[in-house]
Amino acid sequence: MPDTPDIADRRDAVCVIGAGASGLAAIKNLREHGFEVDCYERETSVGGAWNWRHDRSPVFAGTHLVTSRPLTEFPDFPMPDAWPDFPGHRQVLSYLERYSRHFDLERDVWFGTEVVSVVPVGDGRWDVTTQSTGGGSSRVQRYAGVVVANGHNWAPLKPKIPGDFSGQLIHSATLKDPAQLRKRKVLVIGGGNTGCDIAVEAAQQASTVWHSTRRGYWYAPKYVLGRPADQVNDRMLQLGLPLRLRQWLYRRALALTTGDLTRYGLQEPDHRPYESHPVVNSQLPLHLGHGRITPVPDVTSFDGAEAVLADGRRIEPDLVITATGYRPRFEFLAPELLGTGEDGRPDLHLHAFARQHPTLAVVGLVQADFGLFPIAHWQSVAVARWLRLRRTDPERATAVQQKESTRPVASWSRRRVVPGPRHWFEVDHADYLRAVEGLLHEMEPAR
Amino acid sequence: MTEETDAKLPPLLFVPGLGHGAWAFAEHWMPAAAARGFAAYALTPRPGGDLRAQAHDVVQVAASLPRQTVLVGHGAGALVVAYAMGRYPARAAVLAAPVMDGWPALGAALRVNPLGTLPALFGGRLRLHRKQLFGPDMPGERADEIIARLDARPRRELVTHGPAPRPAGNPPVLVVGSPDDRVVPRTSLDRTAARYGGAPLLFPGMGHELLLEAAWAEPIAAILDWLGKELET
Repeated sequence: MPDTPDIADRRDAVCVIGAGASGLAAIKNLREHGFEVDCYERETSVGGAWNWRHDRSPVFAGTHLVTSRPLTEFPDFPMPDAWPDFPGHRQVLSYLERYSRHFDLERDVWFGTEVVSVVPVGDGRWDVTTQSTGGGSSRVQRYAGVVVANGHNWAPLKPKIPGDFSGQLIHSATLKDPAQLRKRKVLVIGGGNTGCDIAVEAAQQASTVWHSTRRGYWYAPKYVLGRPADQVNDRMLQLGLPLRLRQWLYRRALALTTGDLTRYGLQEPDHRPYESHPVVNSQLPLHLGHGRITPVPDVTSFDGAEAVLADGRRIEPDLVITATGYRPRFEFLAPELLGTGEDGRPDLHLHAFARQHPTLAVVGLVQADFGLFPIAHWQSVAVARWLRLRRTDPERATAVQQKESTRPVASWSRRRVVPGPRHWFEVDHADYLRAVEGLLHEMEPAR
Repeated sequence: MTEETDAKLPPLLFVPGLGHGAWAFAEHWMPAAAARGFAAYALTPRPGGDLRAQAHDVVQVAASLPRQTVLVGHGAGALVVAYAMGRYPARAAVLAAPVMDGWPALGAALRVNPLGTLPALFGGRLRLHRKQLFGPDMPGERADEIIARLDARPRRELVTHGPAPRPAGNPPVLVVGSPDDRVVPRTSLDRTAARYGGAPLLFPGMGHELLLEAAWAEPIAAILDWLGKELET
């Protein structure tokens, strides 16, 4: 027997990695554009991050959407009218399962199969090596394109805090059940949506709650003027209100609702509204007001049972939860394929298209002031249309590529945000979707 | 309405037109589709709803069905289907005697049935005439029975609406009609079919009410045959 593996050529088929929301949207839209698809999913069911049964799922019992239903659903598959404005994670999972069943997507999903490596073999084609999750022999197949949809909220980013902590220290990813918080002294580190959600949950369960944030944030309520806040914001964007005016309105709205949070000991935001990923939480100010959450500054070190704070104070929690986010990881891809820098940040056109490899794309790698599903939908439509155009009209595809490469980054990526990994993929959904729409128009089939 | 439904076949969702309710399909077409193994559903559009609201209702119901759905609209219901297709990637769609261009339909109505149509222009009820809806083969008594059930209150939008959006997901679309339809002129049928890249499938001798006419069995059989062929590929 020759020792070279037998490579099964799947010809024009496209490989999709992951069957979460982004992967499912990719399968559906690639299929609608006439592609055969093989999707590999390491778990045994769909739903990705939203499936709490999955090892890598970051959801915990109380997880709810922070963006409202109409701005979160796939544009071509609405959630039921009878659902609440902000569905919980079980509803979101059932929605994804229904989406998958409705469009018969599981037909093309290989469950329990992990992608080990993706290697370009020239001419835009890829050799994808897969292995069943439990181990076993591997298999290589050749594809005309690869769409990576492996999610970016599963590899915990753990802060490096000097010193040893003798209590329990966990990352928010491993928090599943509110019972883990009950009657304990809990320190939550991190001011993002997850950190705030956990602090609020702890306020109802734990005996003492400290909430450590490095900087001040803008904590927006979930409802403004009786409407979900994101819908109000979206309306302002549709009306084309300039950023400065929106920032002013945002401050006014907060002054009238949440009020001044610095009097509870929170820090003043060091940036303007819209310059960091929006934190949406109506209950945090409430529990601050009830004295159930004590805001504290950054944790500088651990000392046995104690955590040392930036202001020199020492506190003694039983449980420390670091809600410090996640890092995108693509172990199956050589870093240069995605233009990944030293810091681990991939450099992709529209946060989706590999700059040097026209048949490689990543779907769902964005952070927006908007639901991710619609963005993943339009990204995957753009990818599908692009792959089709490359096949049906290579000359026009080249022209589109040349024109697209001159699109200024500032037109689709947010210019001013607080620097840091948290905002690597931050976009303003209106600008971003407009850019994707522009690309879609350019690739429109001739009529 | 299901008999022995075939799991491989997509569900059909019937959307009735102006003045009609789900009952109009329940008479003949739904049992016929069910007999061929299709799970058949029909909805009654929300009364008084505008085009956008009715299309929303269709998309909501379609998305609630277990599989990607075939939308079948009749009359003004076909227009609602055309709008719904912009929001929902239907498995396929059938536009039966579609009232897509309001002006020619209004012109035809004024010509054939001026007394019944005029009050509707001023917010009144549209009184439809037997000859307007049915061919000569339809027994008069039965025709009157059906007309008595209709409650048509057309909205201005039916005439003034903009062109239907481009369908999501590029589904196959069949336009069905009759050259002897006295509501939808032949030119309108051709134009609608051309917009969706085809020619209309015609049933001469039938009136507008393809689904309630004496010869109702022919169009639905042809529609199901077409669907069968489309779904194979």
